[in-house]
Amino acid sequence: MSFIPEIFYDLLFDYTLRTVALGSATLGLVSGALGTYAVLRKQSLLGDAISHAALPGIVLAFLVFRSKAPLILILGAVLAGWLGTLFIINIIRYTRINEDTAMGLVLSVFFGFGLMLLTYTQRIPDARQAGLDRFLFGQAAALLQSDIITMASIGGIALVVMALFWKEFKLLSFDPEFGASLGYPIRKLDILLTTLIVIAIVIGLQTVGVILMSAMIVAPAAAARQWTNRMHIMVLLSALFGALAGISGTIISSLAARIATGPTIVLSISLIVVISLLFAPNRGLVWRWIKQLKNRRKLELDSVLIDLHTLASQHGDHTHSHSRQVIRAMHPGDRGTLHSLRELQKQHLVVEEPKDQWSLTESGWKQAQEIVRERGKTQ
Amino acid sequence: MRHKQNALTINDLTVAYENEPVLWDVDLSVPPGVIMGIVGPNGAGKTTLVKAILGLIKPAAGQVLIYDQPYTQQRHLVGYVPQRRSVDWDFPTTVFDVVMMGLYGKLGWIKRPGKQHRQVTEQALEKVGILHLAERQINQLSGGQQQRVFLARALVQDAQIYFMDEPFQGVDATTERAIVTLLQELRNQGKTMVIVHHDLQTVSEYFDWVTLLNVRKIASGPIDITYTQDNLKKTYGGRVSFLVNAVESQPSGLA
Repeated sequence: MSFIPEIFYDLLFDYTLRTVALGSATLGLVSGALGTYAVLRKQSLLGDAISHAALPGIVLAFLVFRSKAPLILILGAVLAGWLGTLFIINIIRYTRINEDTAMGLVLSVFFGFGLMLLTYTQRIPDARQAGLDRFLFGQAAALLQSDIITMASIGGIALVVMALFWKEFKLLSFDPEFGASLGYPIRKLDILLTTLIVIAIVIGLQTVGVILMSAMIVAPAAAARQWTNRMHIMVLLSALFGALAGISGTIISSLAARIATGPTIVLSISLIVVISLLFAPNRGLVWRWIKQLKNRRKLELDSVLIDLHTLASQHGDHTHSHSRQVIRAMHPGDRGTLHSLRELQKQHLVVEEPKDQWSLTESGWKQAQEIVRERGKTQ
Repeated sequence: MRHKQNALTINDLTVAYENEPVLWDVDLSVPPGVIMGIVGPNGAGKTTLVKAILGLIKPAAGQVLIYDQPYTQQRHLVGYVPQRRSVDWDFPTTVFDVVMMGLYGKLGWIKRPGKQHRQVTEQALEKVGILHLAERQINQLSGGQQQRVFLARALVQDAQIYFMDEPFQGVDATTERAIVTLLQELRNQGKTMVIVHHDLQTVSEYFDWVTLLNVRKIASGPIDITYTQDNLKKTYGGRVSFLVNAVESQPSGLA
């Protein structure tokens, strides 16, 4: 296992790996934090629509300025992503087309237009090296330090705005109509928040690509929701999961040559989602399953206690003992009576007398009475 | 009463979706210090009326005055209790946080709530009897408790006139009693409540003013002269058999 310290050494001192890891962590952090809002507002599809809609913006920015400086391409992507969002909002408002269809429409029209521009660009001689097609699937290995600085500053601004308008965005996400009745310009807040989400998506496009980027908006937040019931913790956790996926995705892709970083980042976050869905307390499937088993076990124990209680009552003697056959006969078909009795014995609620005879202890009698009373209340 | 300001005045309010009128030319005036029920069949425009008053829906025509001034200038006098089902109760937040949202209007942009805001919030929670649930996640509440959360959120708004959309919908009997007591208490402080209501049986018990609505305003006024069989028939059309019971307790001479 000597390669593990090696990786951490490379992570710190290898220029390429460090740059890629930093870039992936930044994009995971920003998209994780802002993706929380998309998930809470049930706009998971929006991320997909925006990232696809950004493609023509990137290509057009290149065609107009003949430059692939990250800031110019990002600006083009933001404008196109934002325009796509405005289309979606207005299609919903002014036509009878519903939200899903509006998003699907904008996604495919913008993306199709983007692909068309991309193939056109490939034919221009001096543009061949532009490598714009890396925006389709992402190419983290091409990240430069200057890219990271651009990503971090734009993403940082988005996060600061999010923190400033924390209260307003929470109101917008939970109860927009109430917010409007208080006098907040809900539509403008909506546009501001969506703009931040557009930014979060766009700064990840170069690394993860337009096709997979929506996963980085939805997945960290979906995983974070499993672990907490507080919004601020959800935002922090989601950012953390995003960053973690960014770094581990980078490491995985560096271990095996020729595996692109974008997909490994998305695979990493998917693993976090699966773990969260299964193992998170309260909401996790495994947790619920264990709780169900425990409940069933408790019901079985309770029913044996009550049976002993009923039998003992008939004899007017708390500690009158009965054979296991009698106890089992009260619930024919129930198996595991002996197991239940042994369990109760461990809790000192029943005692075994010779020849498989069982009776309640004093505390067993009290507990049985308690259960009988509780059940009487609920029925 | 004439010299007194009206708490709510509505002139010629019309709302239409796709050229289909939902509210048609509604005039209304409500004096301060009454509990008014808005009653009418499904699709009569009750919720739409409240939303149009609050500016949440843009009316095709008409004017809304709160204490004789346009609504937009009087927003600080208005409290709102939306339908309980209008929000996602699985949202990751606590009872306390939701109630504090009622203060966001007075707080203004960017500012965070402080100590005195927390106190106001606690008082409101105590008033509706759920102070012990303050830190609870909102997805662990019963229907009645959810409604109390919304009422507490409106209480911290410290309004003069409250608009409530079906506050009695799907709540337990204890909560229903508690809400009625709270409404009466607020009325005795001179506040006005405008309440969308469904259950015709309880109208005369809960309200002292009533508006019967079915796209148009059928009648509006004090309960004893407005809530009549005749007006109910006009509001609900032919389906009157069950309505007769609803007004049986009313003086029949007025019907």
